[in-house]
Amino acid sequence: MESAVRLDHNHELTVKDLPYIVTWREDRCKRCGRCTAVCPMHAIEPSVMVRREISSEDASPSPKVTRKTVVVVRQTTDIERYCTGCGSCTLVCPNDAIEPVFNPQHKFLFHKNPGGHPYRRGGRRNDPRESTLDHLKFTRISMLTDPALDAGRHEFRIRTYLGRILPPEEMPFRVKEGKLELMSGNSRFVPPVREIYPVMIGSMSVGALSPTMWEGLAMGVAYLNEVDRMPVVMASGEGGIPPRLLKSRFIKYFILQIASGYFGWDEIIRAIPDMADDPCAIEIKYGQGAKPGDGGLLMAEKVTKLISEIRGVPQGVDLPSPPTHQTKYSIEESVAKMIQAMSMAFGFRVPVFPKISGTRTARAVLNNLLRNPYAGGLSIDGEEGGTGAAYNVSLDKMGHPIASNIRDCYLDLARQGRQNELPLIAAGGVGKKGGLAANAAALIMLGASAVSVGKYMMQAAAGCFGDEMNRCNVCNIGKCPRGITTQDPRLYRRLDPEKVAERVVEVFRALDVELKKIFAPLGRSTELPIGMSDALCADDADIAQRLQIGYVC
Amino acid sequence: MCRLAAITSNEYLNPMECIGALETMHEGHDGSGMGLILKNLGGELAEFFDYPVLSGICSKDGLYTLEEYLFHAGFRLKHQWRPALKPVKGIKRRDHYFAKVYDYPEEYEDRSQEEKEELLLQTRLTLRRMGEENGSITVFSFYPDIVTIKEVGDPLQLGEFFGLTDSRLKAKIIFAQGRQNTNYDINLYACHPFFVQGFGSMTNGENTAFVPIREFLASRGFAGYSGYDSDSEVFTHILHYAVKKLGYPLHYYKDVITPLGEDDLARREDSEVLSLMRVALRPLCIDGPNVIIGFTPDGSCFMVHDAKKLRPGVVGGVRGRVGLVSEECGLESMVPERESAKGIFPMKYDMVIVSPGAQEVRVWNQLYGWTTIMN
Ligand code: SF4
Ligand code: SF4
Repeated sequence: MESAVRLDHNHELTVKDLPYIVTWREDRCKRCGRCTAVCPMHAIEPSVMVRREISSEDASPSPKVTRKTVVVVRQTTDIERYCTGCGSCTLVCPNDAIEPVFNPQHKFLFHKNPGGHPYRRGGRRNDPRESTLDHLKFTRISMLTDPALDAGRHEFRIRTYLGRILPPEEMPFRVKEGKLELMSGNSRFVPPVREIYPVMIGSMSVGALSPTMWEGLAMGVAYLNEVDRMPVVMASGEGGIPPRLLKSRFIKYFILQIASGYFGWDEIIRAIPDMADDPCAIEIKYGQGAKPGDGGLLMAEKVTKLISEIRGVPQGVDLPSPPTHQTKYSIEESVAKMIQAMSMAFGFRVPVFPKISGTRTARAVLNNLLRNPYAGGLSIDGEEGGTGAAYNVSLDKMGHPIASNIRDCYLDLARQGRQNELPLIAAGGVGKKGGLAANAAALIMLGASAVSVGKYMMQAAAGCFGDEMNRCNVCNIGKCPRGITTQDPRLYRRLDPEKVAERVVEVFRALDVELKKIFAPLGRSTELPIGMSDALCADDADIAQRLQIGYVC
Repeated sequence: MCRLAAITSNEYLNPMECIGALETMHEGHDGSGMGLILKNLGGELAEFFDYPVLSGICSKDGLYTLEEYLFHAGFRLKHQWRPALKPVKGIKRRDHYFAKVYDYPEEYEDRSQEEKEELLLQTRLTLRRMGEENGSITVFSFYPDIVTIKEVGDPLQLGEFFGLTDSRLKAKIIFAQGRQNTNYDINLYACHPFFVQGFGSMTNGENTAFVPIREFLASRGFAGYSGYDSDSEVFTHILHYAVKKLGYPLHYYKDVITPLGEDDLARREDSEVLSLMRVALRPLCIDGPNVIIGFTPDGSCFMVHDAKKLRPGVVGGVRGRVGLVSEECGLESMVPERESAKGIFPMKYDMVIVSPGAQEVRVWNQLYGWTTIMN
């Protein structure tokens, strides 16, 4: 006889409390064990059940009882082993016998804090609604008075600039014999400016990503530049990049990030004399849209031999980066001197720009940067940006949407006549619903000079399972079922870097065509339509008013 | 699209020469208006070439306000040209059309040209503001040796209405535009040619990059970069900005509005300058199709296109008399004695520049440099 306590199963969860319920079809399952082996959470396990069957074979009832022990696949209700809905089990099941189903009544957040540890995860904001960007459309269609362009045949220049641009009045030109020439003696410092593709791959670190993923992205970027002649660049994220790449000529396609942990920078500084070329730019990370005010954290499991070498740290230890650059005591220190120091390290040949998380104080930062002649831009990462690891509360509730942040900053620059001097880079939730080109073009028309995408690339190039219904999102525990955010060779070997590279190229080619499909009917081809807000309308009056664009319904 | 006819010459011409050219291109304009700028004035205004001329239209009340204002600002009227209006069916007559020649306020007598120009600009903008709300004052230009006339109606009929055929108003440079109204309301301030501090231009086409260009110009801290009732006004202001504010030689206007692509740029001798220029002036890059015909204070006239303009304008004439028009038939009417096979149709990379007095015509090609066509 079982005790009453055991019978009522109090203090245990039911599957109805969990975000995903695994439906398993006994009649189809051939007990191969693939699903239980692949599950990153150990949310399902092989188990046995005793079945009692009552049957009667005679004309009049003569019940016979048989007891059978059967093998089943069972979902655990342990909150630490919750089913994330990743679907890996479905993917590997040869008989379509298993599938996770989202449970809208779940009570996950009520329980996901055992030991007093708040829920941490990867991914991005769990908000499946359309973003502001998806409420924008392009309504100024060229008709008759200004014939629309042919997206297929017309020549389009889809390029942007990264780096501080001198106002025309300050360009060191003089007229000699009816011609303009540069003033000799270099009377004026002309900051370095890079011409790049306006959509770049945002900062994802070598440690957060698996070696196969990072290599795939890097190969894709190199191919786009060298073969397709599309100057797409990629930001490294914190923690440096592999030494071989650092000293190769491909370094010019990479933006190196320095963050508050300064990981990897000993190695970078030491490599400078041997660098075959300059990096595209240096990004100083002050914040990240997905977790504003939080530093980075690379869990010990991910600090493998390669990572420890790149970052210059011992193997197998947690690598936290502080929330701020703590070696600097004030904004002047942390921004101005940092920018100057970085510029100087690369002989003032490399644009240096800070990245902040979306915030209502972005304009204060912007105006501070405007006064700094070495600041090469401002990257703003909105609240819908992604991360490898953060507290759920930061991901879900902290931060500022990118659309209005970029718009405010652009309008502020335009008021001062400096909209072409300090490029704004917009990030955070670009392509949330798959509309990468439309979102990117909308941000450009709101005033961004360039757009940065991370999570979109992971989804499109490597099939990341994550979404805004909290599917998967276990990037933080090193068990990424796709092999994207893990340092476990058994997992990352699942990912073929060549395929990732191929997808990166395909994504950018398709993006380029779609951007033309947007710009052509607007009659724009000669330059990127930065700030062309007359082309944009919102289908929501409040959004339109906030962004100072038209409203259509 | 609007029709454009400009003529530059070494002798004084009657504005009807240009209006007649517009008439030959009639199917291209819908009679929704005409704009006329005369530069290097002859006739009764010739002797006042040093004094600013205020051109505009006023209601009775407006005229009073305007005169009051100018009087208190210290401007003294020296002369005035008023058209001998003839009633023409379909043209709505307004109270006063004028070109008033003023002397500068006394305290400006010894001031620099810059300061004088600044005063004229501010005065024009103030007058515009004063009369904009109730439509009592419309002022087009306030500058020495320039007269501007704009009105709604068919160009030929307007010529008759203003009595231009027998008018003593003459000029060496005449710019005329017959409108095809693509703005929603007919607004005289949206009518080309546009003018600012000695620079003028008119355009046909549509400029889809208008908003970012407007935002850039309007934030340069120069009061003259305002108005923008038409997307074409930015072409005049870019011209002023490039040549006057930045001090670039005129032919760089082409490199500002339609910069070369990377590969072409590398082949230019001044490629270093050009690449910096392209970056710094990115917001001024236009997106057409557009043909622009303009003039500068020294009396040079030019025509330029962007790559999207599929039907180019044409420049042609004889030494001392050169026409710049949007359709060739206009040229036929203005300079019939020219060799028609020698008309210049500027292409994607070209800018045709006619020297003051139409003494020389040169083509600046962004890739290959200068070619002299006529001298
Ligand atoms: S969906 Fe993913 S987490 Fe859930 S049981 Fe299947 S493999 Fe495990
Ligand atoms: S597939 Fe990998 S990267 Fe994507 S959400 Fe899951 S753990 Fe994160």
